[in-house]
Amino acid sequence: MEQNQEPQENKTRLDKNKTKAKIIWLLGFACILSVVADLFYHKHVHYDAEDWIPGMYGWYSLIGCTVMVLVANFLRNILSRKENYYNEAEDD
Amino acid sequence: MIEFPPGLILILGALFVPILPSYFRNAYMLALPILGFWGLLILPEGILFSFIFFDYTLAPVRVDKLSLLFGYIFHIAAAVSIIFAFHVKDPVQQMAGLIYAGAAIGGAFAGDLITLFVYWEGTAIASVFLIWSSKTERSFRAGMRYLIIQVGSGVLLLAGAILQFKKTGSLDFTSMDLSDLGPILIFIAFGIKAAFPLLHNWLQDAYPEATVTGTVFLSAFTTKLAVYALARGFAGTELLIWIGAVMTAFPIFYAIIENNLRRVLCYSLNIQLGFMIVGVGIGTELALNGTAAHAVSHILYKALLFMSMGAVLYQVGTIKATELGGLFKSMPYTAGLCIIGCASISAFPLFIGFISKSLIITAVAEQGHWVVWLVLLFASAGVIQYSAMKIPYFTFFQKAPGLKTSEAPGNMLIAMGIVAFLCIAIGVYPTPLYALLPYQLDYSPYTATHVVTQIQLLLFSALAFFLLVKTGIYPAMIRATNLDFDWIYRRLLPMIIAGFGKLITLIDRLIRDTFLSLLNQLLKLIFKHHGPGGLLARTGLTGLMALLVVIFLALFLLIYFI
Repeated sequence: MEQNQEPQENKTRLDKNKTKAKIIWLLGFACILSVVADLFYHKHVHYDAEDWIPGMYGWYSLIGCTVMVLVANFLRNILSRKENYYNEAEDD
Repeated sequence: MIEFPPGLILILGALFVPILPSYFRNAYMLALPILGFWGLLILPEGILFSFIFFDYTLAPVRVDKLSLLFGYIFHIAAAVSIIFAFHVKDPVQQMAGLIYAGAAIGGAFAGDLITLFVYWEGTAIASVFLIWSSKTERSFRAGMRYLIIQVGSGVLLLAGAILQFKKTGSLDFTSMDLSDLGPILIFIAFGIKAAFPLLHNWLQDAYPEATVTGTVFLSAFTTKLAVYALARGFAGTELLIWIGAVMTAFPIFYAIIENNLRRVLCYSLNIQLGFMIVGVGIGTELALNGTAAHAVSHILYKALLFMSMGAVLYQVGTIKATELGGLFKSMPYTAGLCIIGCASISAFPLFIGFISKSLIITAVAEQGHWVVWLVLLFASAGVIQYSAMKIPYFTFFQKAPGLKTSEAPGNMLIAMGIVAFLCIAIGVYPTPLYALLPYQLDYSPYTATHVVTQIQLLLFSALAFFLLVKTGIYPAMIRATNLDFDWIYRRLLPMIIAGFGKLITLIDRLIRDTFLSLLNQLLKLIFKHHGPGGLLARTGLTGLMALLVVIFLALFLLIYFI
């Protein structure tokens, strides 16, 4: 019984990885579309920089989010303690 | 038509809850906010029910567009929270929820600082029972800390009000500036409830400990009452722009690494408050409209998110990302409604966040605060990382740890459905909301620029999320406590106090020991000279005495003759 389960789990994991890869490709495609879309309308901007690069919001977002997650990863090293750090009974 | 002070219907109505039979209670409780809402519709604008209390003129009800908007949304939040809690039979929670909502509504209509203070403390005291109702040791302690901080905020407000009265001779709750101690104290009191940076930690500490239904109530009222109070009292205070900017950026990192998903939502709540605070700080008509609109949309989508996470907690018994996953199959409706909440918080076009957040961001850009503008964009993109993707991914879609559960109860789904409907309806057709804003608004959110740039922002952020998760850079969820500012008062201060106690013991010991050893030395000295064998205690013979006398006499004679 147990032996039978393992390959199945592997299979679902594989499926998950495939779906993840699919989602990434789809998102990547949608991102490119959204950048291309920038070329086809007149932008109403407050700052010139918004108009310099097509997809400026997208690039800012991509870089910002990566930096954000990296900083969060770094901060975890400093801030993370064991779950019962404050010695309060764990019951939620 | 009989006019009735807003909020009082809920507060007085709550008193009858325990004596009503439980099968009748739900209908009764739901009727209260509906009645209250209807009461708002017939309320004329201006100062009402004004009376003189000793020498002070009090204005318990002031009706204008700003207070009405908060009044409406507070009533709606109360009604859906009550529906969400239909299965709860505990009269303490039912009463606490009603009184809490009533106090928040009353606070939004307070025309003077004393009335505001009464309602302000009312929200603090009523709401703590929603936390204590979890009946765990953790929730008791967190509730205690919450109560101390909240009541402390009220005390500061009262102190500020008294100083303000001494200075100006008026208790009116109007626009103030930070040139005097009175307004500064009031500002800090508001800041505590609005979860300013370093004053924020009660929020993330206490809200996740409240009951499943209690957190939904909590998420709507306290902080938004504070935002209202700031918009009323300190609109255009430049300091608020920077405070708000810090609020939108810093909690992001905590939200990303936090494991308890209700706490993630609390950090996210804090971030969204930052947007509103920036709007208050900018203080232009567009910005204040943005703050008011964003408060409305925030109450709705945040309630939806807390409800969906509450439903998961109710069904599964835990809300830790490490223990969840794969719930999409067993709770499809909750998952779908949660995703609507996520689309709303990330301000996706056609959802409510899209038509409110942009008012604030546009106002910031118009005033030329480009640094703050970049920070707000950063937070707008980051919402995907810290909540809009994180919450549904870890709850519903990550690899299942084999949880067996079923869909949330009907009342929860109905409550979530109503809010989800509002999130989409107002998102698609914002005109009625715009008409209710405090100032005339000439703004169209659905321009090509706005739609395309916002979609770019979100798509790239979503792409980043999936890439980071796939490459393992996105922090894996682990069971941990992340140190936040509460460490100062939960660890450092007790350590300092304990250390201080030890120091005093040490000094005390040192003084006693030194004194004792000095005393011992003295005793030894005395013993040496007076003890047995000591020089001064020696007993001589009588013959020796006679000899000494003879010697002295002989000496005397000798000296006399010389």
